Amino acid sequence: MNAEEKNKNSAEVVAEEKRAATEARLIPIYIMGKRYEVPEGLTIMKATEYAGYKFIRGCGCRGGTCGACGTFYRKPGDYKLQVALACQKAVEPDMYIAQIPFFPVNRAQYEFVELTSAPEEVFKLYPELFRCVACNACTKACPQGIEVMDAISALKQGNIAEVAQLTFDCTQCGLCTSRCFGELAQYHMFQLARRIYGARIAPGADHLLKMLGAIDEGKYDDLLQGLKGMREQELRKVYQEREMEPAAAGEDWEPRDTTGL
Amino acid sequence: MSLAYYPGCTLKTKAKNLEDPAIGSMEVLGFKLEEIPRWNCCGAVYSLADDDLIHQVAPVRNLIRVKEQGKNELVTLCAFCFNTLKRANLLMKDNAEKRDTLNSFMDEEIDYSGEVKVVHLLEVLRDEIGWETLSRKVKLPLRELKIAPYYGCTLLRPREVAIDSVENPIILHEFLKALGATPVDFPDATRCCGSYQIIGNPSDISEYAWDILSTASSCGAEALVLTCPLCDFNLGQGQKKLMKERSGFKGMPFFYFTQLLALALGLDPEICRFELNYGEPELFLREKSLIP
Repeated sequence: MNAEEKNKNSAEVVAEEKRAATEARLIPIYIMGKRYEVPEGLTIMKATEYAGYKFIRGCGCRGGTCGACGTFYRKPGDYKLQVALACQKAVEPDMYIAQIPFFPVNRAQYEFVELTSAPEEVFKLYPELFRCVACNACTKACPQGIEVMDAISALKQGNIAEVAQLTFDCTQCGLCTSRCFGELAQYHMFQLARRIYGARIAPGADHLLKMLGAIDEGKYDDLLQGLKGMREQELRKVYQEREMEPAAAGEDWEPRDTTGL
Repeated sequence: MSLAYYPGCTLKTKAKNLEDPAIGSMEVLGFKLEEIPRWNCCGAVYSLADDDLIHQVAPVRNLIRVKEQGKNELVTLCAFCFNTLKRANLLMKDNAEKRDTLNSFMDEEIDYSGEVKVVHLLEVLRDEIGWETLSRKVKLPLRELKIAPYYGCTLLRPREVAIDSVENPIILHEFLKALGATPVDFPDATRCCGSYQIIGNPSDISEYAWDILSTASSCGAEALVLTCPLCDFNLGQGQKKLMKERSGFKGMPFFYFTQLLALALGLDPEICRFELNYGEPELFLREKSLIP
């Protein structure tokens, strides 16, 4: 697709959204303190774009995974600060919205290969860990619902496996860090913990190592050469006629032709 | 019987030799020390500042976890955690204004007003099991051991949290007797080890250690029994320094009370994690024929 076609397509998409928008009910929201009327049902991110803002930063996957669009909001009459990923949360009437695209934070420098699984390694890289006073503001600020403070506690206790489990869903949006009383770099600490867990603590996959060994030893070379030498038609036929594993196959199921196993 | 138990961060890293033998011993005595879920740091030091409420949040949150479990007693093992948690609990019981502020700040938690009783494991041994019963369960009496009970500060001060007489405590003495050992009385038993003052004045570490260890030694003690990881660290580091700096200073092994308990109850010495101790305890115990 050339650039012109691309532009045309995205223009069509915008037009379609506008059409849908004119049919939807408009609700008031406040972006950085200014009032806008936006169609009900849009995400915070879409509504912000609808209001005329253009994202250059603070917008990534639009699928709730990359963590670029961490957002705070409040509703009138409620002292509670609320959080969301702008690409995931639908606008609600009278939301006061401030997106936090980036928050300055200290990330320790380390040579990963030199790190062991001893928790003291993390303590040395992030000594501010021990400034935590258990206020729990981090947990309240997590759009992923992670028990952030519990993970910080687990880290203090040297339980790296627990940290890895608790923070598996972290998108590193940084909202916890922005609220931290002790100025901790929670999400960088968690990333380090998950790296250590993956490389040094989680049990290795023996079967995978065996398989890689077999590949290295050339067990599948002939099979692969055979496929590479086929004409397209022949390859198609082989592919289409391949034996599929039945949906209800048991643990001990094997294909008729076992040369590839 | 299951007891709600608070370990504390140090017991999970540096002081496994305090925790592991405690859990093993209590099981032999018919009690399961059950870690409270989602515990956090105890606060490390009880804050004395009047307007420093934020430092009470950490200990109180732990007490809330106990209440959530429907339990009314919390067993602690580290003397410092005991002190911080028990004092925070008193604050929640006695100071209505601060209690309300803390409860309203922790709006994600249930309200708390000091319902949980904070105890130290030594109190469980004394009050719920009893020295008589304990001594009957001893399989390997520690007859050859002359040990100075070192209380430090946090089990005894301030008075309102003390587990025993502030001036003349006997709980560790009684404990040692129940295990068959000989407690050696010495005048520095309740003296401060230097605590966190050492951070600001690192050179003081050997001064504190000198006073405590030389007095214990001159009173005839061959080893010291401890309850607190901070005492262990300060005295251990101080002793190392003294052995280098003062010729003729011999030093002595230190034991956590839980290690002696496990040994006397006949548990596998492996559980005591002696490799984490200062002062070659295994050599000493071998000389006394208490471990192979």
